[in-house]
Amino acid sequence: MSEHDNLDLTSVRKRLEGRTGRDYWRSLDEIAKTPGFEDFLHREFPRQASEWSEGEGDGRRDFLKLMGASLALAGLGACTRQPTEYIMPYVNQPENDYPGKPLFFASAITQGGYAAGVLVESNDGRPTKIEGNPQHPASLGSTDAYTQGAVLNVYDPDRSQTINFLGEIRSYASFLASFKDIVTEQVGKQGAGLRILSETTTSPTLEAQMKDLLTQYPSAKWIQWNPVGLGRRQGTKLAFGSYLNTVYKFDAADVVVALDADFFLSGPGAVRYSRDFMSKRRVRDGKMSMNRLYVVESTPTSTGAKADHRWPLKPSEIEPFARELAGAVGSGGAGGGAWSSQPWFVAMVKDLQANRGASVVVAGESQSAEVHALAFTINEALGNLGKTVIFTDPVEASPDDQLARLKELSSDLDAGTVDVLMIVGGNPVFNTPADLDFAKKLQKARLRIRLGLYDDETSQYCQWQIPQAHELEMWGDARAFDGTVTIVQPLILPLYGGKSPSELLAALTETPEKSGYDALRDYWQKQHTGADFENWWRRAVHDGVVAESALPAKAVSGARVPPASSRPVGGADTFEVSFYPDPYIYDGSYANNGWLQELPRPMTKLTWDNAALMSIATAERLKLWSEARVELKHGGKTVWASVWVQPGQPDNTIAVHMGFGRTRSGRAGNGAGFNAYQIWTSDSTTYASGVELRDLHEKYSIAATQHHYLIDREHGPQKDAAHAASPGDADFETAEAKLRGIIRSVGFGEFLKNPGVVDEMGEQPPKGLTIYPDVWKYNGYAWAMAIDLTACTGCNACVAACQAENNIAVVGKTQVLNTREMHWIRVDRYWEGSVENPTAHFQPVPCMHCENAPCEVVCPVAATVHDQEGLNTMVYNRCVGTRYCSNNCPYKVRRFNFFLYSDYVTESTKLQKNPDVSVRSRGVMEKCTYCTQRIQYAKIMSEREERAVRDGEIVTACEAACPTQAIVFGDQNDPNSRVTKLKKTQLNYGMLADLNTRPRTTYLAELRNPNPAIPVLEKKS
Amino acid sequence: MAQIFHSSANQLSKLGITVGLLAVVGLGGILFELGADSSYATRQGEAREQPVPFSHTHHVGSMGIDCRYCHTAVENSWFANVPPTKTCMNCHSQIWLTSPTLEPVRASYRNDASIQWTKVHDLPDFVYFNHSIHVKKGVGCETCHGRVDQMPLMKQQSSLEMRWCLDCHRNPEKYVRPRQFITMMGYEPERDAKADQHTIGVQLVKEYHIQKLDTCYTCHR
Repeated sequence: MSEHDNLDLTSVRKRLEGRTGRDYWRSLDEIAKTPGFEDFLHREFPRQASEWSEGEGDGRRDFLKLMGASLALAGLGACTRQPTEYIMPYVNQPENDYPGKPLFFASAITQGGYAAGVLVESNDGRPTKIEGNPQHPASLGSTDAYTQGAVLNVYDPDRSQTINFLGEIRSYASFLASFKDIVTEQVGKQGAGLRILSETTTSPTLEAQMKDLLTQYPSAKWIQWNPVGLGRRQGTKLAFGSYLNTVYKFDAADVVVALDADFFLSGPGAVRYSRDFMSKRRVRDGKMSMNRLYVVESTPTSTGAKADHRWPLKPSEIEPFARELAGAVGSGGAGGGAWSSQPWFVAMVKDLQANRGASVVVAGESQSAEVHALAFTINEALGNLGKTVIFTDPVEASPDDQLARLKELSSDLDAGTVDVLMIVGGNPVFNTPADLDFAKKLQKARLRIRLGLYDDETSQYCQWQIPQAHELEMWGDARAFDGTVTIVQPLILPLYGGKSPSELLAALTETPEKSGYDALRDYWQKQHTGADFENWWRRAVHDGVVAESALPAKAVSGARVPPASSRPVGGADTFEVSFYPDPYIYDGSYANNGWLQELPRPMTKLTWDNAALMSIATAERLKLWSEARVELKHGGKTVWASVWVQPGQPDNTIAVHMGFGRTRSGRAGNGAGFNAYQIWTSDSTTYASGVELRDLHEKYSIAATQHHYLIDREHGPQKDAAHAASPGDADFETAEAKLRGIIRSVGFGEFLKNPGVVDEMGEQPPKGLTIYPDVWKYNGYAWAMAIDLTACTGCNACVAACQAENNIAVVGKTQVLNTREMHWIRVDRYWEGSVENPTAHFQPVPCMHCENAPCEVVCPVAATVHDQEGLNTMVYNRCVGTRYCSNNCPYKVRRFNFFLYSDYVTESTKLQKNPDVSVRSRGVMEKCTYCTQRIQYAKIMSEREERAVRDGEIVTACEAACPTQAIVFGDQNDPNSRVTKLKKTQLNYGMLADLNTRPRTTYLAELRNPNPAIPVLEKKS
Repeated sequence: MAQIFHSSANQLSKLGITVGLLAVVGLGGILFELGADSSYATRQGEAREQPVPFSHTHHVGSMGIDCRYCHTAVENSWFANVPPTKTCMNCHSQIWLTSPTLEPVRASYRNDASIQWTKVHDLPDFVYFNHSIHVKKGVGCETCHGRVDQMPLMKQQSSLEMRWCLDCHRNPEKYVRPRQFITMMGYEPERDAKADQHTIGVQLVKEYHIQKLDTCYTCHR
């Protein structure tokens, strides 16, 4: 979006006014019909499509030279014979292991300390793919995007690989030897000079170990720090006087109000909450009811996109809003403010009160303790406590006011009383508030020891850098959002001799070399009361869940209404900036993960960058547009930022995501985006007000995928048919013809009144419409997919899972700018309605596996052909790269390897590759295969067992990952399969089915449940 | 001056050029075909050198050890594994204890280091062959690997070209055998199954539900 000159608010508004009925738009450029947008629409690879070089400035001569060379080589290529390969068998083969057959092991991946139970696929000893653990309450078989990415981190070539002391390589033995004197000294001082700074942990073993240490060193201090979730932790303390864990029961809630809470994507239990929420929302199998979601938020999120009613509020308005809501539901606090007179507010309160005990009011991860406390008082007034909002003892080990403890550590450091600072994981130099100036203070500790996955920003200020073992390389344990314990088991020995936190802490004890496994087993042996520990232990490790370890519900009441916090609101010329963790790279800890960097963010579709998100009116006022570089100034600190104009962002506010702008994260994370922590201060962890903005008058390119692979919704056969005789409507036709029903969304009430409404939104050609005899009958299996748009939250877990499963290459920012990202499934985001507060819709688009596939007929070398089960197969070895197929694909789901995107060089990442899928080279086309390797595996298994493939036996990677089970795959010839049943529902429709492509992938139209008492907001003009 | 060449020479020279060009192209084609299909390119019939000159003639032919004693994964995995050193040592910790030929095996066991065998049947990496299903469907070891009981050093019996795979995938009845003879060497349908190959083949295709799979995704992904 660089066409600032071509775009102005007046023209956008004017165009929106002209629209009637259902109006969907992809971006502001679409509405304004900028030339750039048209280019994207009509050409598949608009920007520098002819550019052949990865670098800059290569000319025609180089091209000719290279072409000559490659022609010569192509001829010779056929004359080689296969290189000799070797087989390295085991010396002693483990029991139950068949070489070549993958095994799955239960373990856990943590984020912010909270565990997601996983089953990790091990191919001949290499962890290659992470699946959810169906037995684990936080997963139920699904995962989110960062869990999918975790396996790539294991093989990250930029990981810290050696123990370093002041830049010199040392052994762990020499570390222990030199540390011995320090231990003796600290034992003498009762640990007065010892500080341990770790990440938030939920590990029972680690907590016990820390408590033992604090007994041994009573004056030592343990500080936990995680920049995310500060308000969540303090919320219960503020409301109830003690730290508690909150578990929401969205599967028992009919009305949900989110206070700047993106509970689909952030916070403990998000994957489970997504599934629970959708179980109440789906209209299926005779269940004819839907829950209702109200969202107020300061930046568009996935949760806001799924909301039935959403209102953008400034960050400073969230707390007053919560207070007013508290007053309105009768839990005390101020009532009767400005919102109370709004009809929608009244209707929402009425809805909440009608669903006492069956509603949830949830505050966001980044919200202040006050907002969390207010949410608890509202829930209590609504009778939700103990029903939909459950409290348990804390899941986190020794919860405390992390910010206060961190400040305390800072002043201790300043006072020079810290002799030894052990930093166990985390990255405090990067992710602590800017005003603490932690990097400077850190250096006042006499000895700094760092255990870290990377030699990062923090490591550079520490004398000792010790490589940390990845979670897939170590023994440990962790609790989930409801307290359930998972034993974390390693899949592989530490690649670089890494140590687990528990192993490093052992250095402070009398058994400095105690292994993480021994510490873990000893702890659980002590906890175990029954007779047969060995059996219990084996079961716990095997299942990935310690039976009955979920924390029991605790009866809590009497939430106190907190006094109003005195956070200033922004002035007229300054901005309120709200801070959020990035949905994929989190607080920055996943910054070096190429998969996650390149994953388009749900709402902005940005890759490789964060941005200062602002509303169109604000951008207009400032005479700025997307990709403008600006400087943000807050609390005396400045940071550069790039602007991104975001529909649905409240005016005069800026939203930024944290975790970018790393300087020592590695090749993928360095230089991606700007470091928002530089203006994140300890008095404004939720949002900062009074932020000044200065235009730097520079342009900064942002790789956003919102215009990539656009489908032309305006020029199809329907338009020709319907509007042949209506001249002069070149710009706007009636909505139905215009939209071709690519995305279909209906109100629940409308659907109940007219169940056939979805079919009416598009044209479906009759079955026999073909000039060829319709001879092929799909006897046997007929693979098909149904995607439920009601359930899709746009979280992109499917995209990440697909990338992991199918060896999909990361292309980098420059190539994304050229529309060359390789994802086999993409999630299209559509806006609907006004630019100030549009509704958002998501639509995942994999290959449709059309029965009449347009790609197949144009391939000159039969590299893409149909198989007898309806798969549109792609044969890499036949492909010569004409790209005719992708040119002819109406869905634009084919991806071309313009360069050698697959990494053939880095040794460590080779280990991650799925051995069942070819790694594609340069010059070939690729696309979604419906995970054919999984289909073949299931078919072989079934044939070996002399039976048919069972429904649900084949789970595609995207389907497996999906937190809301929006994707269903199966055999549409089987009348009892789930996919057949879904395709028979009245919500089912095929995308662009009017082209008679007969797509095997179809969609279930999105249902929304707006409150009939709330009038549809008039479009602002 | 009189013409040296008769006017028909024009025609002759044109013909000569055409025939010559065609001959060059044709010869090139023939050479390419011969080269690509040659046993040099496919390594068919080439006995490969191994760290230990393991003799299938001795172990299979003379001793009569079943294939699956060593290749344990053949019914469970795509890969018919080369056995772990431990399998060798089951016997060779008792017999031929001092044989210098077997020193690499003993060294492997002592040092816990794999023996590095040279792969004899090496399909291209874009081919996803699965042993377990072929064995289940009645494709004998001998059908692809030949009379290994007569191979002192392992060699590749078949060309392993795609057309060779397709021959059986399109006409499985020509090759399949009853499951009880899967590992048998020197199987003869008339003698062992009491019927000619065509009769038994057609019957087995039906009985074992053998499909004629020749779509790309069957083997390539």
